[in-house]
Amino acid sequence: MSQEVPADLRYTKDHEWARPGAEVAVGITAFAVEQLGDITLVNLDVKVGDTVAVGKAFGTIESVKTLSDLYAPVAGKVVKVNADLANKPERVNEDCYGKAWMLAIAPADAKAVEALMDAKAYGEYLKTAAH
Amino acid sequence: MTESPLRRTSLYDEHVALKGRIVPFAGWEMPVQYTGIVDEHQAVRTAAGLFDVSHMGELRLRGEYSAHVVDYLVTNDARRLVDGQAMYTCCCNERGTILDDLIVYRRTQDDWTIVCNASNRDKIVGHFARAAQNHCEFEDESDATALIALQGPRAFDVLVKLGPDAAKLRELKSFHFRPAVVAGVACMPARTGYTGEDGVEIFCPWEEAPELWRAILEAGKPLGVKAAGLGARDTLRLEARLSLYGNDIDETINPIEAGLGWVVKVEKGDFVGRAALMEIKARPLPRKLVGFEVTGRGVARHGYLLRDSDGREVGVCTSGSPAPTVGKNIGLGYLPSAMAEIGIPFLVDCRGKHVEAVVVKTPFYKRAQ
Repeated sequence: MSQEVPADLRYTKDHEWARPGAEVAVGITAFAVEQLGDITLVNLDVKVGDTVAVGKAFGTIESVKTLSDLYAPVAGKVVKVNADLANKPERVNEDCYGKAWMLAIAPADAKAVEALMDAKAYGEYLKTAAH
Repeated sequence: MTESPLRRTSLYDEHVALKGRIVPFAGWEMPVQYTGIVDEHQAVRTAAGLFDVSHMGELRLRGEYSAHVVDYLVTNDARRLVDGQAMYTCCCNERGTILDDLIVYRRTQDDWTIVCNASNRDKIVGHFARAAQNHCEFEDESDATALIALQGPRAFDVLVKLGPDAAKLRELKSFHFRPAVVAGVACMPARTGYTGEDGVEIFCPWEEAPELWRAILEAGKPLGVKAAGLGARDTLRLEARLSLYGNDIDETINPIEAGLGWVVKVEKGDFVGRAALMEIKARPLPRKLVGFEVTGRGVARHGYLLRDSDGREVGVCTSGSPAPTVGKNIGLGYLPSAMAEIGIPFLVDCRGKHVEAVVVKTPFYKRAQ
């Protein structure tokens, strides 16, 4: 089972990652990708300038087996959308922490991202969430 | 529904050793995938895949009147079978709706095996046991019987390596079966399947399944044979437009609207559901199961509503998934008969998003002969 958890990122219980910074890049974790399997469709239902809220879906991801909602780890304004994923959903399987970033968010609260789980805490969380 | 503990097939340890992801399915702990659904799907289409389907139910009816009992409970004509021949059929209730879909095997005129879905085992066991009472012997052999499916174009190239008797299984005709020895295991291969590919489904004693499973995987490895889970089984059967009980058919659906009229033989004589099915056949069908392709951006899933181009609810998707070999997002669903024509456009309600789809010809995938 893939448990890759980069040290420089922050994590949510929904298995999204967020990269701290003025623009918070977000995506889904290797664990999420592993659970989903072969990803066939990424629908990002927001555009640059939209606001996203924590716990509100900004898109959906479809694998052969199932559909899953994508949730923003932090609230804020969308400053970038990775349009490549529309035609290259397989990138999420290939490089979930790199080329398959989904959004960049200008956070409403700069400290919000630091409040998320760090790599160590997420690693611990995976041990309890992995069933 | 009461929670009873999940059961394991005799191949459970094999699945774990192969790093299969185990999920609950119809009361069993079964592997949904090993290396990945698409990878396993492609292996079955290009080489072969090995499936554990031991969770399915096996019923045995024996005795002078067993043929009558079987034929009375199924919609297809069991009387046309010869020894060593099998057939696909529906099993209906008096209303003509589907209790289960089965494969019926005639061992001899006085000895029959029925294979039913795991999810329907208790219901079908009860149904057949009641009908058999005072007429013939009945036994539920499910707990003693394992079932392994080897499916794909290289299936018989694998069997050739597993002993002189197994080597001759290529001669077995479609929907025929015979006792055989495969890799030293006395078993009963049938040339049937649920993937749209050629291959066999092999019955063997419960505790001997691991030996047979390992021998097939070992012999098949150089040919690209892989263990395949329930996930690939579902995408494979969907491409081949094979119905899944609980999705495409159930007790609210009759075989005619499900496109299974070819296994309903009202002319064969009396059977459970015959009168209702004659009436259904005599009238125009309100709805039909169709195959469709999602042309917009979305994946249709079981339970999603189908809408006409004005957004009115007209039907429901019963199965849907990305189709690895077809390369499209496909599905099955019920539509009003007037809309159930190839080329008719409609919308799939993907959780509020109306995504374009069109009725297409099925099966979505047909293997080269």
